Amino acid sequence: MIAAVVTLAALGALAGLGLGFAAARLRVQGNAVADRIDALLPQTQCGQCGYPGCRPYAEAIADGRAGIDLCPPGGEATARELARLLGREPAAKVPDTAPAVAVIDETACIGCALCLAACPVDAIVGAPRRMHTVIAGECTGCGLCLPPCPVDCIDLVSPKGPERS
Amino acid sequence: MSNRAHRVWKFPGGLRLPPHKSASTAEPVATAEPPAVAVLPLSQHAGAASVPIVAAGRRVLAGEPVARANDGISAPLHAPTSGTILAIEDRQVPRPGGPVEPCVILEADGRDQRYEGYEPVDDPQALAPAEIRRLVHEAGIVGLGGAVFPAAVKLEAGDRQPLDTLILNGAECEPYISCDDMLMRERAAHVVHGAQIMLHALSARCCLVAVEHDKPEAIAALKAAVRESGDDRFEVVSVTTAYPAGGERQLIQVLSGREVPAGGLPPDIGYMTQNVGTAAAVSDRFRHGRPLISRVVTVAGGGVASPRNFDARLGTPFAALIAAAGGYTDEAARLVMGGPMMGFALPDDALPVVKATNCIWVAGAADLRRTDDEMPCIRCAECARVCPAVLLPQQLYWYTRARDFEKVVDYAVFDCIECGCCDLVCPSHIPLVSYFRYAKNEIRGRDVQRERAARAQRRHAERNRRLAQRDAEQQAALDEHTRAAQRARAQPREAAGAIDDIMRRAAGHEPPAGRPAGGGDAKDD
Repeated sequence: MIAAVVTLAALGALAGLGLGFAAARLRVQGNAVADRIDALLPQTQCGQCGYPGCRPYAEAIADGRAGIDLCPPGGEATARELARLLGREPAAKVPDTAPAVAVIDETACIGCALCLAACPVDAIVGAPRRMHTVIAGECTGCGLCLPPCPVDCIDLVSPKGPERS
Repeated sequence: MSNRAHRVWKFPGGLRLPPHKSASTAEPVATAEPPAVAVLPLSQHAGAASVPIVAAGRRVLAGEPVARANDGISAPLHAPTSGTILAIEDRQVPRPGGPVEPCVILEADGRDQRYEGYEPVDDPQALAPAEIRRLVHEAGIVGLGGAVFPAAVKLEAGDRQPLDTLILNGAECEPYISCDDMLMRERAAHVVHGAQIMLHALSARCCLVAVEHDKPEAIAALKAAVRESGDDRFEVVSVTTAYPAGGERQLIQVLSGREVPAGGLPPDIGYMTQNVGTAAAVSDRFRHGRPLISRVVTVAGGGVASPRNFDARLGTPFAALIAAAGGYTDEAARLVMGGPMMGFALPDDALPVVKATNCIWVAGAADLRRTDDEMPCIRCAECARVCPAVLLPQQLYWYTRARDFEKVVDYAVFDCIECGCCDLVCPSHIPLVSYFRYAKNEIRGRDVQRERAARAQRRHAERNRRLAQRDAEQQAALDEHTRAAQRARAQPREAAGAIDDIMRRAAGHEPPAGRPAGGGDAKDD
């Protein structure tokens, strides 16, 4: 009887130590699932999913707060990859937007600098009362620079540039 | 040349195809007239597009460089004839899908004056390999078998690893195409001379000239040229005619019995292949100081009156060559660059000859297969039997249709050489290679997207960090301000005392202690 109690107590203590050690030393830093979801998102940081950027959306999916079909820039392809990663059913219908880049009509730009602050990836170059321009290679086409522009001089175009005549 | 007969192996799969070559090999190669207006796409080689170094209005001579090589893998471009640069502008180029790309437009003056900037080299064997590569690069020479990979870049392999064998690829296996066959018949000595230069640049031990056994004239000409050169490193090997024996990996397998590893390159197992046309172009550069401004082009198919090979300048419109071959017949149904197996349809016969143009195939109505009769895959696995890369096309097709691209990569879609054997044998007429091209494109596009996304993520994270830092600094400044104000409020008595002190001193006409008398505190803020 005593031997059994002692053995069980010792086993319990040992397991407790082991678990304690694992919890302290082998802890996964950050949210690994969110990291993997984030890696599949297009990183436009556009907020069309209703979350303030791709990372928050990834965390929301990881926590089960959001569906996998909310990302229009990623479209069907991203939704399918998310479904595969998470073992969920692929979403039936996913909004899909064509890739785009922002272009500033430089003759109309008044140099207000409001779009600079709106760009999530610092892809607009400019300074107050100086002309602004978009670094096309870095632009994710999120469209966040459009609403703040007081003179509507920013357009989203297809990445290959405006149609040649 | 030694008398030992080189052993040949077989590659898996493949097909016997009707050659259809006799029509275009009946007559010798005709020299086509230089074009009146030459359109020269800046991107007619693998790698980065070349950069124009001439402006509109500039007069150039035949062989004068008009565009320099870009950084990295690239090749320069030369004027095919003498004349005036009209413009550098976007034109449609002969590539799948007919994209519009920047081209140099040259109007010929009809005099065809030669540029003398490239000196012939009498003794290339005395040059260092790096110097040979420089000259080859400068002459704009690229692989003329169809892949148009810059030859100089390929010749660098000898510096990285010891090479055993240079294979000259004369196994022109695709039906109708006979430009290499005619080149070997008529310019065998140039082929051997160019190969000697490349052997030297590569420090390779020997050279196998591989020709399919249905080209006896070419084999005889090459054997004679080798005998004449007295070079015992050369051996002309007759390989069994089969499609795609001229594929780089298939040819190496036939000659060595070894496979080039997936994802690897022939130098990894000590081999290098060069097209016979490339060797002749190298010889032209060294013997005659002539850069790559022309190539042999086969004009063939049921849609042309008298099929023939032409030595055509770059930039010659297809229509001019077709006219020189007797023009279209009533049969003519489709214009294809390349052959019936791997070629692609073109929208217009005004497109120019480029370095990759080995053949202009005008298909007759009877040569074409209907494309609207695709039926479901019955999983007969005939495609797997003929695949020379030992892939499972039916599985690739399956996963491509399901857009499961991870699996498509697992099933080694990038080992597919797009030879078209599976297409041809498929009883359901499924255009399998089109599916695989589509899958490759999608996968590459997805990888580019991933790369872009990763960069956007880094920039976004960096911006967040910067904003957080700015906020923290502002907060710190605000806190400092608040603390200072609190300190000031905590010492009202002292302040009051100081005012009393000043008032008292003012009454006694004493100067304030520790400060200069005359308003020196105006700048103090």
